[in-house]
Amino acid sequence: MSVKELNLKLKVWRQKNPKDSGHFEEYDAKGISEHSSFLEMLDIVNDRLERDEKEPIAFDHDCREGICGSCSMVINGYAHGHMKGTTTCQLHMYNFKDGETVTVEPWRAKPFPVLKDLVVDRGAFDRIIQTGGFVNINTGGAPDANALPIPKKDADLAMDAAACIGCGACVASCKNASAMLFVSAKVSQLSLLPQGQVERKDRVKKMLAAMDHEGFGNCTNQYECEAGCPKNISVQFIARMNKEYYTAASTQEAHAPIAEGSF
Amino acid sequence: MALNSKIPSGPIEKKWDKHRFEMKLVNPANKRKYSVIIVGTGLAGASAAATMAELGYKVKSFCFQDTPRRAHSIAAQGGINAAKNYQNDGDSVYRLFYDTVKGGDFRAREANVYRLAQISTSIIDQCVAQGVPFAREYGGHLANRSFGGAQVSRTFYAKGQTGQQLLLGAYSALSRQIGLGKVEMYSRTEMVDVVLVDGHAKGIITRDLVTGKIEAHSADAVVLATGGYGNVFFLSTNAMGCNVTSTYRAYKKGALFGNPCYTQIHPTCIPVAGEYQSKLTLMSESLRNDGRIWVPKNKNEKRPAHEIPESDRDYYLERKYPSYGNLAPRDISSRSAKEACDDGRGVGPGGLGVYLDFSDSIKRLGEDTIADRYGNLFDMYARITNENPYKAPMRIYPAVHYTMGGLWVDYNLMSNIPGLHVIGEANFSDHGANRLGASALMQGLADGYFVLPYTIGDYYANNKTPTPSTDHPEFKKAIEEVTNRTKKLLSINGKRTVDDFHKELGHIMWDNCGMARNKEGLQKAIKRIPELREEFWKDVKVTGGADQLNPSLEKAGRVADFLEFGELMCIDALNREESCGGHFRTEYQTEEGEAKRNDDKYCYVSAWEYKGDNQKPVETKEDLQFENVKLTQRSYK
Repeated sequence: MSVKELNLKLKVWRQKNPKDSGHFEEYDAKGISEHSSFLEMLDIVNDRLERDEKEPIAFDHDCREGICGSCSMVINGYAHGHMKGTTTCQLHMYNFKDGETVTVEPWRAKPFPVLKDLVVDRGAFDRIIQTGGFVNINTGGAPDANALPIPKKDADLAMDAAACIGCGACVASCKNASAMLFVSAKVSQLSLLPQGQVERKDRVKKMLAAMDHEGFGNCTNQYECEAGCPKNISVQFIARMNKEYYTAASTQEAHAPIAEGSF
Repeated sequence: MALNSKIPSGPIEKKWDKHRFEMKLVNPANKRKYSVIIVGTGLAGASAAATMAELGYKVKSFCFQDTPRRAHSIAAQGGINAAKNYQNDGDSVYRLFYDTVKGGDFRAREANVYRLAQISTSIIDQCVAQGVPFAREYGGHLANRSFGGAQVSRTFYAKGQTGQQLLLGAYSALSRQIGLGKVEMYSRTEMVDVVLVDGHAKGIITRDLVTGKIEAHSADAVVLATGGYGNVFFLSTNAMGCNVTSTYRAYKKGALFGNPCYTQIHPTCIPVAGEYQSKLTLMSESLRNDGRIWVPKNKNEKRPAHEIPESDRDYYLERKYPSYGNLAPRDISSRSAKEACDDGRGVGPGGLGVYLDFSDSIKRLGEDTIADRYGNLFDMYARITNENPYKAPMRIYPAVHYTMGGLWVDYNLMSNIPGLHVIGEANFSDHGANRLGASALMQGLADGYFVLPYTIGDYYANNKTPTPSTDHPEFKKAIEEVTNRTKKLLSINGKRTVDDFHKELGHIMWDNCGMARNKEGLQKAIKRIPELREEFWKDVKVTGGADQLNPSLEKAGRVADFLEFGELMCIDALNREESCGGHFRTEYQTEEGEAKRNDDKYCYVSAWEYKGDNQKPVETKEDLQFENVKLTQRSYK
């Protein structure tokens, strides 16, 4: 089994800090094993840059197993590259051609400011979750886990939604920088499960308000988010969230839900 | 130094109850007067931060990732154990306790493990109530699977993403408290030192990873939930950022390090493909429920897997351990794989691999069922190797995965430094010399949701000193030390990159302190590591500046600590002249090649005390008392 090696040209976005205007720089990536991952290819390029006294390319990465959601780069115009259902860390070089020029950019969306090179600030996602992406329950006193049977179909669908890794590829893929797929995944997971019922209406309203507040755009049904999602989260969840929102907005709450359970 | 494990007296099943009654409480109105710093937002850290905030304490939470949701617990695949006995297959708290003590090769503290087994059932209840979408049967009840080292099905799971779902549950609870203003969250902030005031842990020093700013934070207690140190090997299944810095800095301030040589080599990972490789990818142990592990019977077998007839295959786990078969515990499975490969019967490039074969299960259950159970894992395997595991067997090889060692803690999860608590993988407490599959998630959440939030109250109630200001000289001194160290790293401007040093250290550790160890190799490593450390401080090249986002600088600080810590691991491994669990000394084995413990001499925890740079650390022993479980030679035959 002989291992093929690739010689590539990289056009990489370099930006010193949030205030810098940024620019593309070109690098040679020579002798890259086809079995290395895209990030390992960048490791090799960075190692060579460091040896030449140059600052390496900064990028977010951590688990390199496609689950932590750290990696965040647009490769040749596609969030996480052109392979469907794949994070950048799981994108392997056998998917590229020898001699190819590869363009690498950060997520581009106003609510995700660039911190440096390919690193962006995705704190907006955390702030959306903080407004309602949870079940209001304190630790302790939960009923027996089997006390409330949940139809397998609902549990499975909730799991499909919950598979979101919060990477932000949906936002980066959308011309409106909409976060609808991200928000709808959490809203759907919790509205499908009995545990999420009590705050169902309140949750969708709060999370959508937070999404707007952070400056994410709206959905115009082009489904680039689904195409770019490394976890194949379905746009059906956006439809589900819209339904949740209409129901919540058109029915009056008897009383405001209790938002905190502690002292 | 004398160690007091503070194990409550009385029968094992009453200890935790008794202890909870005897501990001092902080009344609800007073809780808001106490503050805590919690470092790390994995299962242990996030659950502890959320729960303590719910109780009313003031919480500051720190993580080096860009958001708490990305801590490495997220990558745990297979599941979480709990003694629910939902399958009616004879499980009980006592059985989970027994399996865990035996699985850890009788090197864990009985009382801690029993408490863990007791709490395990509440964890599942709590997570379901949070909306964690565990797998279910058609009747709507929770599904279970089997895991290594157990003969009952007690593992709860969410596809192959159990860690992700549990972490997102804890993250949601934490997010709720952040939203309510009860937790101050510091993301992209790395702890670089711990600060002691009058002998108590009262704060930490951090570096803002975006601006480079060094800051001091003070509180009434500090909790480290900073995970394991598997990355000392460079290649491991850990995330790239996982490091030993927090626990090692605490060690240098006087916290004892327990059993650093106990590392877990996971049997089912994708084999190494080349020098460029940055990390290893785990294939969940749950795959061993339906996959059969084998190698060819003949050395130098050239035929592809599907052309090798049954008669020429060696299903070595089924042959050697008929009652547990492919579900033999991790340490045993890993060693068996190494044995087969050392014997020249390994498969794939370099002969460093064994087959994990699903063809029988696919025949019996159909491809759809297998895809339903393990689809995401199969996809991951295909993406990485460019091979289709539905058609050809997977190739797997052991890799560093988890570290059972960690900072020494008492029954209250407090280290020997008053106020410094350590939870999750960062402590040494529950898994002995080998952790069973699906027990890490259990321990992380037990510590964070149900143990620490009570036991830390006892510390507060007994230590009512005012919170020191960050103007205190100890904080100033620590900031100065950290700043000087950073300057030093940036000023060396040598020839070798940080990764270069890290890789060399990794090779030394893997060759001499990996799956098999012996006196000669360990002595060699103990000689070589200080030399490498010296070279590092003379010849490392760290680009960029201090006041900016600088990944090279982050790595340099972590690797500098690994270069000291690796030596401590080897010293511990050399000192323990027996084999137990993940610590396999080739000099100490049975005729059949199994680990041979020496209970007369080594039935204790080695807790190491720092005595100065380049000084030999001093060992303190905590004798392990087994009052309930009889020490036996572990048998999975």
